[in-house]
Amino acid sequence: MDRNGHRKIGVYVCHCGLNIAGTVDVEKVAEYAGTLDVVVVSRHYKYMCSEPGQAIIKDDIKQYELNRVVVASCSPRMHELTFRAACQDAGLNPYLYEHANIREQCSWVHKNRELATEKAKALVRAAVRRVFYQEPLEVKEAPVNPNVLVVGGGIAGIQAALDIANGEHKVYLVEREPSIGGHMAQLDRTFPTLDCSECILTPKMTEVGHHPFIELLAYSEVEAVSGSIGNFKVKVRKKARYVDESKCIGCGVCEEKCPWKVDSEFEVGLAKRKAIYIPFAQAIPNVATIDREHCAYFKTGKCRACEKFCEAKAIDFEQTDESIEIEVGSIIITTGYDIFDPSVISQYGYGRYENVITSLEFERITCAGGPTGGRILLKDGREPESVAIIHCVGSRDQRYHEYCSRVCCMYGLKYAHLIREFTNAKVYEMYIDMRCFGEGYEEFYKRISEEGVKFIRGKVARVTDRTISEEEKGKLIVLVEDTLLGKMIRAPVDMVILCIALEPRSDTEQVAKIFSLNQRADGFFMERHVKLDPVATASDGVFIAGCCEGPKDIPDTVAQASAAAAKALSLISKGRITLEAATAHVDEILCQGCGRCEETCDFHAPKVIHKDGRWVSTVNETVCKGCGACAVVCPTGAMSIRNFTRKQILSIVDALVEV
Amino acid sequence: MNEFEPVIIAFCCNWCTYAAADIAGTSRIQYPHNVNIVRVMCSGMVDPIYVLRAFEGGADGVIIAGCSYVDCHYINGPVKCDAMFERLKGIVHTLGLEDERLRREMISTSESIVFAHVVEEMVGQLKKVGPSPFRKVREDITV
Repeated sequence: MDRNGHRKIGVYVCHCGLNIAGTVDVEKVAEYAGTLDVVVVSRHYKYMCSEPGQAIIKDDIKQYELNRVVVASCSPRMHELTFRAACQDAGLNPYLYEHANIREQCSWVHKNRELATEKAKALVRAAVRRVFYQEPLEVKEAPVNPNVLVVGGGIAGIQAALDIANGEHKVYLVEREPSIGGHMAQLDRTFPTLDCSECILTPKMTEVGHHPFIELLAYSEVEAVSGSIGNFKVKVRKKARYVDESKCIGCGVCEEKCPWKVDSEFEVGLAKRKAIYIPFAQAIPNVATIDREHCAYFKTGKCRACEKFCEAKAIDFEQTDESIEIEVGSIIITTGYDIFDPSVISQYGYGRYENVITSLEFERITCAGGPTGGRILLKDGREPESVAIIHCVGSRDQRYHEYCSRVCCMYGLKYAHLIREFTNAKVYEMYIDMRCFGEGYEEFYKRISEEGVKFIRGKVARVTDRTISEEEKGKLIVLVEDTLLGKMIRAPVDMVILCIALEPRSDTEQVAKIFSLNQRADGFFMERHVKLDPVATASDGVFIAGCCEGPKDIPDTVAQASAAAAKALSLISKGRITLEAATAHVDEILCQGCGRCEETCDFHAPKVIHKDGRWVSTVNETVCKGCGACAVVCPTGAMSIRNFTRKQILSIVDALVEV
Repeated sequence: MNEFEPVIIAFCCNWCTYAAADIAGTSRIQYPHNVNIVRVMCSGMVDPIYVLRAFEGGADGVIIAGCSYVDCHYINGPVKCDAMFERLKGIVHTLGLEDERLRREMISTSESIVFAHVVEEMVGQLKKVGPSPFRKVREDITV
């Protein structure tokens, strides 16, 4: 073997029409490349990416027995894969190819022909030096476990689980609360069609409950995830309900007999529930749960009334949390949102004035199954004579959330319609902008604006009970500037509804850690690409859908959930995954087993193990993303990244500083 | 005598700053030719050795640029890069190189103008500071 290890490099300089050739003297660059060590052939051509351009490379590989190829053209982000494929077609390992970016980072950003040509030469020189050290890499594949985990049982999780299960693949649906249904179960009617939320949701919930391919793990939480795309191991903690799910028939006798009342989470504090409870009538699974915190038996050791009256003998005070491990190939996160707490905006008086309520509270009030039986009433039982609906509470506000919550305009209009329909009250909509962008939304806006609702464009300054005239007496005064009239307005009303923002779950950060996800600046989970990959994440095999990705309405949530299901199904249908070839690699002779790589890695790829009597690091290549952080912290140089080795990068650096 | 033209090496992460530099090209934003980009997968991949080797070879300035904390493709790359950079800054200072010669930037994909601005600013600063003292050393050694 000679000094060059039989390396034979071919260099191809692209004109890209005049895009490159207009500024860079491509002939000179090609000529220069030909003088470089180990370059056996160097050409320039009008369009390297075209079929004839690629054919030149393929022919040369055969004729000159090239074993390394460099193309100097556009950005590698554009055509690296094209030329890698061309090399592979001609029997050359795709990792023996290197790309020099002389268009986006040279000809397009410089005008001086001489300087641009010199720079292009340097970039080609660097690529030739780098490719010299490149090694063939093997593209490996691994099988995919066809089971799917869906985390969160709101409408997004329900839709995703059903889509996959209907394809006859096993789905584990994990829900933290005692029942699935999420926020959608709490809503009354859905805009713009005004069909009842429960009527369209509960059939889907029932389907989930009975589906032979769905294993529902309600009242459970994911504790840890290990493994990677295709083969995740997930630890789920089933919280103790103190009720045997297999025995309970959901008759509700225990609820009747339980003497202890607490605020109902489902009714957002507008009604009471018992310490043993079924969260709502259509709950799935329809079984009771004992709230340990409020149960008299757990607090004082006495009571057990529920146990006495349960004919099914389902109550089990000895039950404990159970940890189970499941194996899945992909994960869909549909953990939803929290609602903004408007009491922090003290000038709106939430918590101070009893008739200032949140939108979710109003949903429960208008719901036929809610605490008032669907009648719109004030706290003292009167019907309101006037109502103000304040938009953008916590949204589109730099002090709280800059983003638009996307659903408030539409439900605000829905409230106006319901109030006009069921009461004689005067309704004010106080908005910044009306954003009615979905199917049938603009038409709905037009319809409501013809129903005698008063629209005031302006951000509400404050809500107060300080009255200045006889007619304002006993009312809440909403102070707002009508920016269309340029006038301050005092609107006396009986009820104020705050259209509160949708915000990221308070535990988003912990969940992000468990599943190796990123968060955007606004706190929601970050998609892989905002436009072109909206349900994938930085973690391969983990998808997101619904409001955990950002505020959205039900149609968008369902569409996204089905998209995430399609992603999971496409993985299952292919049955195997291609692994990143440019992964970390350990030189076991140099490795001292110090474990710094293990500490720094966010994907848990390196692990120090005991092997042949000493500690060494090994890399799980299915998890490794090739970010290279481990190689930087490695004190002995044992860790390196394939296709980004020290030698390769240093050879570029050397080539570029050479003047 | 010709005006001194500094040589700058910019380590740019594939996902943000390298893409920003590409978009500078697509938008035909002009910036000085003095910068040469080295594509790395993550700013957290930049080993201090790479930077020191660039200086040793006679580079007048080095930029390490990548995603901001929230954009990272690998969750925490910029944090790791920051930690490395803190150590590196000390070493570069000890070697007697001026602070202007080493820059840490976070430039996301959409900020191609920022990229061009950073290059322009650095070229201006380096022209004032003058050639790297290591250039001379290198010339002495090679002769």
